[in-house]
Amino acid sequence: MSTEIVNTDIKIKLLDLFQENLSVIKNDSPDYINKIREKAIELFSKLGFPDKKNENYKYTDVKKEFDNGYKTYLSPKNIKFEIKDIFSCDVPDLNTKVILLLNGWFYDRENLLQELPGGAIIGSLQKAMEVYPELVERHFAKYADMEKEGLVALNTAFVKDGIFLYVPKGVVIEKPIQVINVLMDEEEGFTSHRNLYILEENSQASVVVCDHTLSAVNFLTNSVAEFFVGQNAHFDYSRIQNEHNGSKQISHLFFHQEKDSKVTNNTISLHGGVIRNNISVLLNGEGCENNTYGLYLTDKGQHIDNYIFIDHAKPNCISNQLFKGVLDDFATGAFNGKILVRKDAQKTQAYQANNNILLTDDADIKTRPQLEIYADDVKCSHGATVGQLDENAMFYMRARGIPKKEAKLLLMYAFAHEVIQKIKVPALKDRINDLVEKRLRGELSRCNSCQMHCCNT
Amino acid sequence: MLSIKNLHANIEGKEILKGINLEVKEGEVHAIMGPNGSGKSTLASVLAGRDMFTVTEGKVTYMGHNLFELSPEERASEGIFLGFQYPIEIPGVSMVNFMKTALNEQRKHKGLEPLSSSDFLKHMREKKELVELDTNLTNRSVNEGFSGGEKKRNEIFQMAMLEPKLAILDETDSGLDIDALRIVANGVNKLKSPHNASIVITHYQRLLDYIIPDYVHVLYDGKIIRSGGKELAFELEEKGYDWLKKGITV
Amino acid sequence: MQLRKVMEKDQDKILHEVTQSEYKYGFVTDIESESIAKGLNEDVVRLISQKKNEPEFMLEFRLKAFRYWQKMKMPEWAHLQIPEINYQDIIYYSAPKQKASGPKSLDEIDPELKATFDKLGISLDEQKHLSGIAVDAVMDSISVKTTFKESLADLGIIFCSFSEAVQEHPDLIKKYMGSVVPYTDNYFAALNSAVFSDGSFCYIPKGVRCPMELSTYFRINAANTGQFERTLIVAEDDAYVSYLEGCTAPRRDENQLHAAIVEIIANNNAFVKYSTVQNWYPGDKNGLGGIYNFVTKRGKCAGENSKISWTQVETGSAVTWKYPSCILLGNNSVGEFYSVAVTNNHQQADTGTKMIHIGKNTKSTIVSKGISAGFSNNSYRGLVKVTKNATNSRNYSQCDSLLLGDKCGAHTFPYIEVDNKDSIVEHEATTSKIGEDQIFYCNQRGIKTEDAIGLIVNGYAKEVLNKLPMEFAVEAQKLLQISLEGSVG
Repeated sequence: MSTEIVNTDIKIKLLDLFQENLSVIKNDSPDYINKIREKAIELFSKLGFPDKKNENYKYTDVKKEFDNGYKTYLSPKNIKFEIKDIFSCDVPDLNTKVILLLNGWFYDRENLLQELPGGAIIGSLQKAMEVYPELVERHFAKYADMEKEGLVALNTAFVKDGIFLYVPKGVVIEKPIQVINVLMDEEEGFTSHRNLYILEENSQASVVVCDHTLSAVNFLTNSVAEFFVGQNAHFDYSRIQNEHNGSKQISHLFFHQEKDSKVTNNTISLHGGVIRNNISVLLNGEGCENNTYGLYLTDKGQHIDNYIFIDHAKPNCISNQLFKGVLDDFATGAFNGKILVRKDAQKTQAYQANNNILLTDDADIKTRPQLEIYADDVKCSHGATVGQLDENAMFYMRARGIPKKEAKLLLMYAFAHEVIQKIKVPALKDRINDLVEKRLRGELSRCNSCQMHCCNT
Repeated sequence: MLSIKNLHANIEGKEILKGINLEVKEGEVHAIMGPNGSGKSTLASVLAGRDMFTVTEGKVTYMGHNLFELSPEERASEGIFLGFQYPIEIPGVSMVNFMKTALNEQRKHKGLEPLSSSDFLKHMREKKELVELDTNLTNRSVNEGFSGGEKKRNEIFQMAMLEPKLAILDETDSGLDIDALRIVANGVNKLKSPHNASIVITHYQRLLDYIIPDYVHVLYDGKIIRSGGKELAFELEEKGYDWLKKGITV
Repeated sequence: MQLRKVMEKDQDKILHEVTQSEYKYGFVTDIESESIAKGLNEDVVRLISQKKNEPEFMLEFRLKAFRYWQKMKMPEWAHLQIPEINYQDIIYYSAPKQKASGPKSLDEIDPELKATFDKLGISLDEQKHLSGIAVDAVMDSISVKTTFKESLADLGIIFCSFSEAVQEHPDLIKKYMGSVVPYTDNYFAALNSAVFSDGSFCYIPKGVRCPMELSTYFRINAANTGQFERTLIVAEDDAYVSYLEGCTAPRRDENQLHAAIVEIIANNNAFVKYSTVQNWYPGDKNGLGGIYNFVTKRGKCAGENSKISWTQVETGSAVTWKYPSCILLGNNSVGEFYSVAVTNNHQQADTGTKMIHIGKNTKSTIVSKGISAGFSNNSYRGLVKVTKNATNSRNYSQCDSLLLGDKCGAHTFPYIEVDNKDSIVEHEATTSKIGEDQIFYCNQRGIKTEDAIGLIVNGYAKEVLNKLPMEFAVEAQKLLQISLEGSVG
């Protein structure tokens, strides 16, 4: 795979930025982090940005997104606002612990690490590096593969802050944790937060992440999240992407699952200018279950690209992927899902489906469901479809007096429903149901307001 | 109420209806019979506004409207109901949501306020009993996973909900066992009034044991080749269609 | 292509043969050849053209292609591991020595050559030949004999070697050569365009239904040579032809390169059916030797309602890199791809198709059945592209993989790109192994495990085998069994 960089301007700029600010960057990080940093910048210098020759980035030119003179901050910028002025969750039954990240920095600078029932910790990764060095060192940069991906190396080189969650052995956190990623600034900004989630054996947690933009300028995010899910641990991770169309978001999620663990991951993409989601899952023990689901509803000139890689490294694991998308106007989309079944991963069950609806001739979708299989006793299947709403169903509804427009909405909603119903937290499911319906009706504005209705403004 | 004059229709250039004439008045029940492929279902689809068929000639007036100027949903709101021969499965759309939308659209068309949720549910409960429809079915997606009989009963249930002026039942009896047939026919009979009318399309005479038609028409090769009273159905049962086919070649 | 033999044989005999042989076409014919020196440069390209006494436009075409090729790099995107190929270590032209040049009567053909093709089941004697099939027999760089040429000519059908077509029908060659696969298309297409030596040409005039199957049989014989042939099929309006292709090579320890081009043009309402049974030497059990098979096959449905159907049974070659494709340009045109690819031992295959929907109401069907055994890797790679104006187009793809053993790999890499809202594209794929209960059921009925696998694999591939002309289908079935020999153990 070629990673030759032709146009190196922005790469050089970033490398210079790193060298020039070395002391600031390294200043408040422990040595073990700075060592990784050194390696990361070297790798970034070698790998650079993935270009379109890279099969995995065939349909999204990420480098282009960096060429915009974004500002990046090496320490938290002081933007003051009252959390309750902006956020007060009105989802009646969604009783969550709310955590806020502002431009990639943990917002509550007074309480950088907070203890949850049972001894779990949630808070700032930067602070955790200092307070729990052993824990962080054991997991940090162990799952996010920098060797293959320049953007992960870039994030690692500049790593500063992000979410840290630690759930010790046997602890079950009942209440979902809600992480709100807010981008807000007067200037166009580049954010690269880093998140680390550690779930030790037999623990359970559920996290909801909402990505929002609260000011009208352009933003670029290149974030990395690592998840260690220990033996028999259960983890639910739902993400609602709802940024404005001037935002570009590249995210890399790395799930490392141990024996008998179970992860369900929903990615609901409602809005965003350019979205590239990389989701890598390593099933590193027998008896794992992984469910990776996604729904994308795009219109105008939006672009969404989901890249999923499920690595069945051990026998007897199950993985399910379901991604569905509706593309309107001149929106473009790509889906690239890969299942790898390694040599000895017998009795693997791996399923993958990607279904798309194109509403106009200007919208387009590229889909690449892939299987790479080296074990014989497996059940694997994949399917991909691109089509329109079912004509027969349309007529049936119209023959019952439902106007065309309404029938179309009902069908689109029904199409999306299959993904929504996979969401585990019932209150969240209802909320997302509602959001999706609004989104399809065009009532969900691309404005600054937080559409989780956590927001009163 | 409905007047069909010299109706011709084709699908992808192949002519299926070759000059149909039919008058339906309030309070009447018409049965249309005929062998497979004679154009029965096409006639039903054309009346409901299916756009895969092209009308090339003729005129259909319904309640003073030129029917072809109305969209399928407008026809439905004006009281035309088509009971589908093969009801469509719509995964993900719940029966409740589907019917509520349909009913309220009809009310909107008539200038009425939408029904409140509780009124709607009450209305639905009543109609369900009428066709002996299992409550569970209305909690599921439209027709999804329904058995053949359940789908047909669901059609009659929807008809009861929407209270049409003109019901066109396309082979509603096909695939039904005798009990289901009785229930479906019973539903149709209960909904009969001096102000509405039905066109019952069937292949067999047996449905007409339960739904007594005022007129029976025989459709063959895109034309009505014989019309008569209910006794025509018995004659057909006895002699088969060949008897009539021979008739037209003479 | 064992046509004649197959017809005579009963099922038992086939089975007997199956259990005996590994690769039965691995013999070498001892015949005097005229070869040029190893290596590739402009002079070699000129020499080939000169040997073939080609008109100027051909040489120009070759030189342009060669210069382009020099600037290119070998593609690396396929799921294949190929040791570096030394293009200077290959002989680019080798021809069995012949008494006279040009078309020959049967008597003039070297008896050794005749015997070779007889041994392969291809009779060059029209009298002895199975009726209904005309053959162009190609050994190494040249066409040895084309049968039934005269009787086809009565119908206006041109069926001859490519070299002959260059001499006799230069206008047709000029018009169509490179019109579907330009020399700039890919690395191997450029290489082929520079050095191709022979191949078949087939032209079906307007309104003619070709009454017999046309076929080309390719044989590599000489050592250290590469085979670069080129086939061009043109079907005018309302024409029909069914075309068969077969190939074998001797067993040798070194790898040999085969890089071919097939171009098909189907005009209004024309239908071209192209079937291949590819059985190049696959290398031995340890992966030593075998053919590197890099083939660019593409058809253009240029006219309205035209149809091109590819059927391939791929059992041979150490490495296969091949994507028979259809460009669906005419409205209502239809493209089909039916494939069975078997890999055993250390074989590698990366094969599939491309369906490019450009015209309105175009339809394509893809059915691919991969079977991997031993230490082999078998990949399906296919592109379905629906362009903006291809309204109401439809594609259905079904790509199944069957794994026999836990040391092999089966992979599926579809690319689906849709830019039109009124089109429907569906792709389905499954990967499975032969059920133990199925084998047990056969065992219980007295069928040996190896035979049971043969039965089940043939059943699995049936959908594709059924698309082959009958004689071919029998041959292909047998091949499947031979290829999988020793895969259970």
